[in-house]
Amino acid sequence: MKPRIGVITFPGTCDDRDALRAIGLIGGEPVALWHADDSLDGCTGVIVPGGFSYGDYLRAGAIARFAPMMREVEAFAAAGGPVLGICNGFQVLCEAGLLPGVLRPNHHGRFVCRDVDLVVQRAGSPWLAGLEPGDVLRVPVKHHDGAWYAPPDEQERVEAAGQVALRYADNPNGALADIACVTNAAGNVCGLMPHPEHAVDPALGSIGGRPLLKGLLTLARVRSKKASAVTA
Amino acid sequence: MKVIVLVRPKDGILDPQGEAIRQALSTLGYPASSVRAGRLFDVELDVSDPAEAERIGREAADRVLANGLIEGYEVVVEGVAGAEDSAEVAGEDTAEDTEEVAAE
Repeated sequence: MKPRIGVITFPGTCDDRDALRAIGLIGGEPVALWHADDSLDGCTGVIVPGGFSYGDYLRAGAIARFAPMMREVEAFAAAGGPVLGICNGFQVLCEAGLLPGVLRPNHHGRFVCRDVDLVVQRAGSPWLAGLEPGDVLRVPVKHHDGAWYAPPDEQERVEAAGQVALRYADNPNGALADIACVTNAAGNVCGLMPHPEHAVDPALGSIGGRPLLKGLLTLARVRSKKASAVTA
Repeated sequence: MKVIVLVRPKDGILDPQGEAIRQALSTLGYPASSVRAGRLFDVELDVSDPAEAERIGREAADRVLANGLIEGYEVVVEGVAGAEDSAEVAGEDTAEDTEEVAAE
């Protein structure tokens, strides 16, 4: 059975359709979720997609984190459910405290829109199954507030715990220590500024986004098996 | 009762917006060597107790108006005697030192 992957739409989200399409392309069942609803509709994996929820008012992601659907996502994540935050979704998950750090305005003050190379940091991450440290994924970025930052002690803790999944080969935004993608301590929540959902179809360029999305599908599959084992 | 929350980037945190504004000021001929851009929130509260207004202002700043990783804040309750002095006492960031303003 295909794992059901929910993609949340907030007011101002713009990458939800690409995320839904990408999930379908790589073998999942895409499920559209609405920010004001309060059910994950049986999904065993969740994407918080990119865009400009609530116009990036206050700080990017700062308002969306209080949406009713985010309460569901927080409970789902706390119970070990896999959650992937992309771009604005990464900002939302950081603001919600589900991921460490915060996304600050790009250090050069400009919007950046281009392909970047992401370097795999460690073997064995379920999000990047089969990849080795040093492997490179080409994925596009498009953001203004993409510089990941955490205070020094927090960054040290994140690094020591192996929570840095990907670094930029050529830092596009001033992110601390070139950090592009982090997970939570438990490893079931993952976020990044680059857009894997825009890099899944060879007709449109790189397919460097596939591994992360497949990682989400794998984690979601494991979770749906667990759920059916419990109900059986 | 109005509570004013002032949010600004912490020392050492890069502020591209402030830097762009500094460049504009320099272009106009002002001798500005640094600009730090923050935000000001005027919050009207349906409470009459200054201590309660102060407490709510701080809680709102901690929970949503500021991100403690990169921003500090001050809370001023408008119309409270000595509020301007107390803003300094209230200082930056931590919720523990909240009582001084209200006590005035």
